[in-house]
Amino acid sequence: MEELINKLKKEVITQLNLEDISVEDINPDSPLFGEGLGLDSIDALELIVLLEKNYGIKIEDPKDGKKIFFSIRTMAEYITEHQKKA
Amino acid sequence: MKTVYTVSENIISSLGFTARENAVSLSGGATGIKLHNDPKLYAQPVPLSLVDTARLEQNFEAILGKYKKDNKPGFYTRLEKMLILSVADALAGTPVRPENEKVLLLLSTTKGNIDLLEDRFTAKFDHKRIYLWAVANILKDFFGFINMPLIISNACISGVMALIVASRLIRSGKYQTAVVAGGDIATEFVISGFQSFQALSPEPCKPFDLHRTGLSLGEGCGTIVLSSTGPEGANSGILLMGGSVSNDANHISGPSRTGEELSMAIDAAIGESGSLNRDIDYISAHGTATPYNDEMESKAISLSKLNDVPVNSYKGYWGHTLGASGLMESAALISCMKSNRLIKSAGFETPGVSERINVITETIQKPLDTCLKIASGFGGCNAALVFQKT
Amino acid sequence: MEKLITAYTYIGEGKVVVNKQLIFYQEKIATFAEFIKALYKQEQISYPKFYKMDSLSKLGFMCAELLLRHEKPGRFKPGSLAVVLANSSSSLETDLTYQDSIKNRSAYFPSPSVFVYTLANIVIGEICIRHSLKGENAFLVSEKFNPRQLLDHVSDLLDNNRAGACICGWVEILGNTFKAMVALVEKENDGTLKTSFGSMPFTEASLNELMNLTEKSIWKN
Repeated sequence: MEELINKLKKEVITQLNLEDISVEDINPDSPLFGEGLGLDSIDALELIVLLEKNYGIKIEDPKDGKKIFFSIRTMAEYITEHQKKA
Repeated sequence: MKTVYTVSENIISSLGFTARENAVSLSGGATGIKLHNDPKLYAQPVPLSLVDTARLEQNFEAILGKYKKDNKPGFYTRLEKMLILSVADALAGTPVRPENEKVLLLLSTTKGNIDLLEDRFTAKFDHKRIYLWAVANILKDFFGFINMPLIISNACISGVMALIVASRLIRSGKYQTAVVAGGDIATEFVISGFQSFQALSPEPCKPFDLHRTGLSLGEGCGTIVLSSTGPEGANSGILLMGGSVSNDANHISGPSRTGEELSMAIDAAIGESGSLNRDIDYISAHGTATPYNDEMESKAISLSKLNDVPVNSYKGYWGHTLGASGLMESAALISCMKSNRLIKSAGFETPGVSERINVITETIQKPLDTCLKIASGFGGCNAALVFQKT
Repeated sequence: MEKLITAYTYIGEGKVVVNKQLIFYQEKIATFAEFIKALYKQEQISYPKFYKMDSLSKLGFMCAELLLRHEKPGRFKPGSLAVVLANSSSSLETDLTYQDSIKNRSAYFPSPSVFVYTLANIVIGEICIRHSLKGENAFLVSEKFNPRQLLDHVSDLLDNNRAGACICGWVEILGNTFKAMVALVEKENDGTLKTSFGSMPFTEASLNELMNLTEKSIWKN
């Protein structure tokens, strides 16, 4: 899980153009939206693309996004769960 | 300060090739949005409002004949054919001479010939045609305009902005006549993009409705000829009285949460027109049927105290035609003013915005003297334009 | 009432000139991305959204940033500072990037953050967000720099009090070829407008002079 979390941090930084942010800056349990990274609605859509592009996971209902993308850890957990099913 | 008259209009859409044909279709209530299954446009079937290709080709050949132009098969792009037809129809029956130095062509488009980026077109067209000015030059050369065209590419408010800019140039005396043409085509580029935004409705769009789920895309052209002199022999005219552009300064794709910036533009346009907000008889809204746009627009309408003014969106008939929308919808507004008719807002059944607005639910006759066109677009831009009968 | 250019930013040929001062120079430009990032860092700007912008928006954003940086806050009444920009290629630079993301049906990942920048006026949106500008704005396209069109448009805004001042100019980029000239135009209300470089009347000649800046080496004075 830790390996996936680290990988995800790097992928999020790249996908969302968070150039001045390093892997160490991201706390895997902190909320991604609102405070902290200050992600917005376009970033939320990009995370959906990231999941599909890098992990082959298509989110059925975009409204689930809030739960899935709450933090890096919730993303990692979702990926782990859905990749098993694949 | 010169008066700005609307002299003639054209609309090319899924519902017809002239303003009159479109007005008849709109009055009849049928939507031009249909489920299209074209893998070149999108992998799955998607609701779209498309211009009939067979009629487009047929009409275009006829125009080539009328203007004594060589039929160079494969020379003109889809968008260019539509624009040429639109301008030709708008000019027909008017005394406008494009070669006159006081005549200006304005072009409103968001993506121009963006389909030329596709592999299947790369070898067929000069790569320069991807530039928006190249499209304008095609029109310039075809009709013989001598002035450098003015091209406006400002997202979905381009059409309304083009009318505002044209009217300001005429009012200042720099030009006597403006031929304001706008167009955009349905492409894989745009459809996929809006899909990535999760902004497309799986059904034909429902502006202002509680169950709206996003927009439907469309293609089309609109041309409106403006002049400092009224239409020959006309007893009355429809004037452009005031226009304003503003910016939300909030987010590049999401609209303002308060609607105050669109309201500012509305109030400024009405103020410039010399009217009062309570004088407005009808509003042609932007009404894209996305949850956020319609909500923002209802707030703007309310802030400007226009809650009771009959309002509709044409997006339920023509889909969102992007750079053409401001011109097509303004031309439709002009038709409504001429015939004193309010057109039902297609797709609307249940009120679905937080502010009380008066969405038109049936097509009826009503005297229309002063009307308002509003639009908003990506980049946080807003525009408002007032039309008034003499 | 006379209209004056009271500030300008010029970016081209690896040089960045603001009000007659050369503030940044890269003799050999590897990529635009590196050039503009180096400028951003040198000017010590802290605006994380910058990195999400496409090239056109980064270019326009930096021009406006440098143009306005010495203005006193609150100098322009809300809604009174307009933005009118133009270029030749519209958003083609980003259109090409976006097309790449969809041309292969087997690797089909349309990116919303790229798509949103496939409209040239977004650069104006970014400038408006940064500086809270809610007034008049417009994006024009022309094959070549057309000072007449800018002059007519901006003059109308100022003459008719639709704006008290205007950021206007040219912001063009395609690949690693880029050039931008953005000027702040104001009305000479009471004859007290002072700038660090004197002033230039808002005319076609002035706009052309600024567009050809490094040719004339005005910045060396």
